[in-house]
Amino acid sequence: MSLPAFAELLERLVFSPGRNAKLALLGQWFAGQPDPERGLGLAAITESLKLATAKPAMLREITMARVDPELFRLSYDYVGDLAETIALIWPKRAGVNAPPPALSDIIAALETTPKSEVPALIAGWLDTLDSSGRLALIKLLTGGLRVGVSARLARVALAEWSGQAVEAIEEAWHAIPAPYEPLFAWLEGRAPQPDPRAAPIFRPLMLAHPLEEADFAALDPATYCAEWKWDGIRVQVTSGPGGARVWSRGAEDISASFPEIIAGLDFHAVLDGELLVLRDGAVAPFADVQQRLNRKTVTAKMQRDYPVAIRLYDILFDSTEDLRPLPFSERRARLEAWYRRQQPPRMDLSDIIAFKQISDLQALRDGARDAAIEGLMLKRADGPYLPGRVKGQWWKWKRAPLTLDTVLMYAQRGHGKRSSFYSDYTFGVWREDGELVPIGKAYSGYTDEELAWLDRWIRNHTVDRFGPVREVEKALVLEVAFDAAQRSSRHKSGVALRFPRIARIRRDKPAEEADRLENVLALITDSASTPDQD
Amino acid sequence: MPLIAPPHPETWLKVTQAGLFCEPGGFFIDPLRAVDRAVISHGHSDHARPGHAAVLATPETLAIMTARLGEGRAGATQQALRYGEVITINGVKVWLRPAGHVLGSAQIALEWQGSRVVVSGDYKRRADPSCAAFEVERCDVFITEATFALPVFRHPDAMGEIARLLRSAALFPERTHVIGCYALGKCQRLIRMLRAAGYDQPIHLHGAQQGLCAVYEELGVALGPLLPATVARKDALKGAIVLAPPSAIADRWARRLAEPVVANASGWMGVRQRARQGGVELPLVISDHADWDELLATCTETGAQEVWVTHGREDALIHALGLQGIRGRALNLIGRGEEDEEASA
Repeated sequence: MSLPAFAELLERLVFSPGRNAKLALLGQWFAGQPDPERGLGLAAITESLKLATAKPAMLREITMARVDPELFRLSYDYVGDLAETIALIWPKRAGVNAPPPALSDIIAALETTPKSEVPALIAGWLDTLDSSGRLALIKLLTGGLRVGVSARLARVALAEWSGQAVEAIEEAWHAIPAPYEPLFAWLEGRAPQPDPRAAPIFRPLMLAHPLEEADFAALDPATYCAEWKWDGIRVQVTSGPGGARVWSRGAEDISASFPEIIAGLDFHAVLDGELLVLRDGAVAPFADVQQRLNRKTVTAKMQRDYPVAIRLYDILFDSTEDLRPLPFSERRARLEAWYRRQQPPRMDLSDIIAFKQISDLQALRDGARDAAIEGLMLKRADGPYLPGRVKGQWWKWKRAPLTLDTVLMYAQRGHGKRSSFYSDYTFGVWREDGELVPIGKAYSGYTDEELAWLDRWIRNHTVDRFGPVREVEKALVLEVAFDAAQRSSRHKSGVALRFPRIARIRRDKPAEEADRLENVLALITDSASTPDQD
Repeated sequence: MPLIAPPHPETWLKVTQAGLFCEPGGFFIDPLRAVDRAVISHGHSDHARPGHAAVLATPETLAIMTARLGEGRAGATQQALRYGEVITINGVKVWLRPAGHVLGSAQIALEWQGSRVVVSGDYKRRADPSCAAFEVERCDVFITEATFALPVFRHPDAMGEIARLLRSAALFPERTHVIGCYALGKCQRLIRMLRAAGYDQPIHLHGAQQGLCAVYEELGVALGPLLPATVARKDALKGAIVLAPPSAIADRWARRLAEPVVANASGWMGVRQRARQGGVELPLVISDHADWDELLATCTETGAQEVWVTHGREDALIHALGLQGIRGRALNLIGRGEEDEEASA
């Protein structure tokens, strides 16, 4: 019975916008399903299990053998999606009373069935399922369940269900292939924690707390080291006899996007650093790094135009030696020694900034306007490398945000708890010709009271509707805070803001006095060498 | 065998601006505007309009119309006709058969000079613990609705959908399950099915659902403990089931609910894209209309050589009937199914 249960899980995940709802649904799946079904389901959801054995054309063909073409055409017109049309229209052969397949049955049968017999095999399964089961099967076979569950969220669900720390699960996860039976055995207390041995696995990163004014007093400058907080993507590099990987901070394997980095990994170590686009030693703004993300193949031109490198922060393993229990200062010495010895290509060291007192750092932080610097990091010199965000160990001290006075243009309803509130705002600034042009969207920064006020204001000042979106009178000024302004060819205004959020509602300010596009353009700190996008 | 062939129904049952008109009988069926004499199939507002001089319908439909439209607006004179009772109006025999759609819903059977027509109104074939089950009446011409007349509509077992709802309520005990459902029919059917599934907690109602639930109870359909959701405090609604009109579930009214799981009970929920548009988290495919297989089976069972298709997707149904040797014809009745197709489905 596993496929109908799996279909119900998929359907609930697809329709549940809330993270907590997804976690509860996944927890129920882990608790209620036997091995290997629960692990196979988990692998399918996180897209670690790729069947991709059926092309849409083949599914269409087996359907057309049973359905009148005119009725199929009218139905497809109405539904608009081929997989769903087939799932809904599939006429069961009368008298079929075979039980629906389990996920494991499907995987096993596909491995042993000759290609020519696969269509008949699939038709037989479709006969045993209801429409949601058929949709689940079709999505499995064509690849791409798209239920909005990342591998990271699935691991959090495993942690909540089992009571184990998510960091420990992340260490074990990459060492065990689907259906993860040793992992479940450990999480249920029936077996010891799986040992990854030489496999290139992700080690959970150590994260920092934001530093607030109130924390200053407790900081003893003598016990902390300072570094720049570079604005790239935090990565972990794992290299050894078992293989080499680049992991994102969320434990996604992003090696395929950075072949030139992987090519240079001929050592045996685990390193922590920031992946940046570096041109002649100068760090390019974050927008350049973004060009390299989420690509399955990377052209030589991409590699030339957006040359990447890793700025190293830390070393976790030197060969098989686990350095994580050592204090930061010792790890740093080991990192420097390792770097001198190894001379790794496309890597450099993040500098340690000398300072005597916190006020020295404050001046440095306030003076830093380089787009590639987000602020400062403060790390306890005597602290070990701990997974997750441990208070008092590492601090991130972001520089003060930039702000703009913008005009609210459009609003859209949120999801989940906010589904009855207009909570997503598109805002704009004035162009020279007097037209208001959108420069960004913000979903956060306001209090519950401000949200309720904004919602009421939007409902009372709507001038047009486009589906879920309301266009409002151009009369409300919102002060928006953001970390940086970047050039963007995707926006009409030509700029994009990084991390925009609502700082204040400026009821006192007339819309005509909001900022102008030239004020925004002046904030752009792109280096002149940025190649044009093509 | 009669010596003279019976007249073809086309000669005595006509489509007019006001709706379907029985010429020899001098009455309209479910007319769209106020007329002198109307026979009404059921109480939904796209069938039961206000202001007719004389209304003939089942006693239940008359009670529902009076409750919805107000005293005096649901026919200046009302005539109740029970299922199976036959009366003759100007030589036209008229009787009603249960349609299984909502309480009081009827198919309207007409016979004139040996020629028999059955007007289905809206109907379903599935069990519904809140109303009488559909009965097949043989006829020469069957006039059918076609709300779900595409082979992509095959409704699942409704009690299975109720079981899904109750599983969800068990999984999220801190959240309110709010179900968008039409106030007449769907609401009371859901309550009766929940009771049949063993759910004996009070069920909370949006203000718009309360009046018709009271009418159902007066007509002998017991619904168990019901409470208004309007005055209940947020805490009291944790873990509760609330029934509300579809228009209320994603709007400001719903803010009184504790982290609601928004559900919608409708035949349209079978198509994902439709379910997504409404921001529904738990789509329940529970319909008060016949699905594709049931439409075809019903047309065949009536023995009609000709089927006239009213509101819905008549092209697919007419095509499929043709494959079975039954002549289909589209009847273009204006204004039908416009009430709110999402809601009354």
